Amino acid sequence: MGAQAKVYKRRIKSVSATKKITKAMEMIAASRVVKAQRRVAASTPYATELTRAVGAVAKGSTTQHALTTESENPTRAAVLLITSDRGLAGGYSSNVIKAAEELTERLTREGKEVDSYIVGRKGVAYYSFRERKVTESWGGFTDSPTYADAKKIAGPLIEAVLKATAEGGVDELHIVFTEFVSMLTQTPVQDRLLPLSLADKAEEQEKKGEILPLYDFEPSSEDVLDALLPRYVEARIYNALLQAAASKHAATRRAMKSATDNAEELIKSLTRLANAARQADITQEISEIVGGASALADASAGSD
Amino acid sequence: MAAELHVELVAADRSVWSGAATLVIARTTSGDIGVMPGHQPLLGVLESGPVTIRSVDGGTVVTAVHGGFISFADDKLSLLAEVAELSDEIDVKRAERALERAKSEADAAAERRADVRLRAVAGAH
Repeated sequence: MGAQAKVYKRRIKSVSATKKITKAMEMIAASRVVKAQRRVAASTPYATELTRAVGAVAKGSTTQHALTTESENPTRAAVLLITSDRGLAGGYSSNVIKAAEELTERLTREGKEVDSYIVGRKGVAYYSFRERKVTESWGGFTDSPTYADAKKIAGPLIEAVLKATAEGGVDELHIVFTEFVSMLTQTPVQDRLLPLSLADKAEEQEKKGEILPLYDFEPSSEDVLDALLPRYVEARIYNALLQAAASKHAATRRAMKSATDNAEELIKSLTRLANAARQADITQEISEIVGGASALADASAGSD
Repeated sequence: MAAELHVELVAADRSVWSGAATLVIARTTSGDIGVMPGHQPLLGVLESGPVTIRSVDGGTVVTAVHGGFISFADDKLSLLAEVAELSDEIDVKRAERALERAKSEADAAAERRADVRLRAVAGAH
């Protein structure tokens, strides 16, 4: 075999090995998407009931709460960015980071100082490479987040919102994550979580055509709201984490699928080249033999 | 048909129990409350404690609920819990061990959790 053909054979072998790996990763991601989607669905009843309860309190009382009061002159905002721990997911992390950058820029233009809270090692790496300040970061659970993780994240955030701005608290809480729209579409979204507009919540419920009764609050509407709002924030963060996880797996699946496709194409074109090289080797060998034979024939004809 | 209420017991990450019931007893921050069909609309904060649901077929479902809310309107009752476990899901030995450990470490929250679990299994109320 010619040297050139040998080189092609070797490359085909290595590309096939890569293809096998990406194919396996694609399959793993596909099964994880389904699992993650199921978890999103499982968390929905709780979120819906909770939203309904918040709507009920909003309608049934005029209670004011620190988490629902708009600051007259907001000067500080917290941004919670949800990225993933691992890469190999195409543009997943960079897209959501870009959305966070846009939001940060907008908030800064509005004269607000931005505190960054980050979930996922990819986001942390992005910020630390640019030597930006990160107030708090979490990682290690982005593939399959639990409610306890959401609670862990919500704790310091709620504390920051409740604290006075002068003492390092924030006036607003924004969240940036990737929404899982479908297997093919995942869009980064920016959402303001706090302060929560109770009037909007009540309106939302009414739009759904649901008439909320006047509730009896146990022990009192203030206490219910006090207990309800942090849970609501936790549930929203939990939902964002789950959606982000599902999106990440879907993005990984897509990235690995295109890697597999590319590898397949590469193998095809390399096989063509290898065949051509082999054919060229054979042609050369034949022409050498024929050339040699005719030279011999010429030589023996000449000696006659 | 006897009056009944529809109960939805959901934890943060799953739906734990749902069905028709005649009576639900839960522990709110201001004391135990029993809800029967026709109760007036109610929204309350739950303490961690056992929740007893008497289903229409006469059975009793006991769950250990750790924090959450109870909301009732139009004969529909929702129990929202951060963590909820049906009594037959609870591993008694593990809960007992957890109780011992919590006592020795003086971890009041953990002790309470374990205690609630054990009482749910024992079918308190």
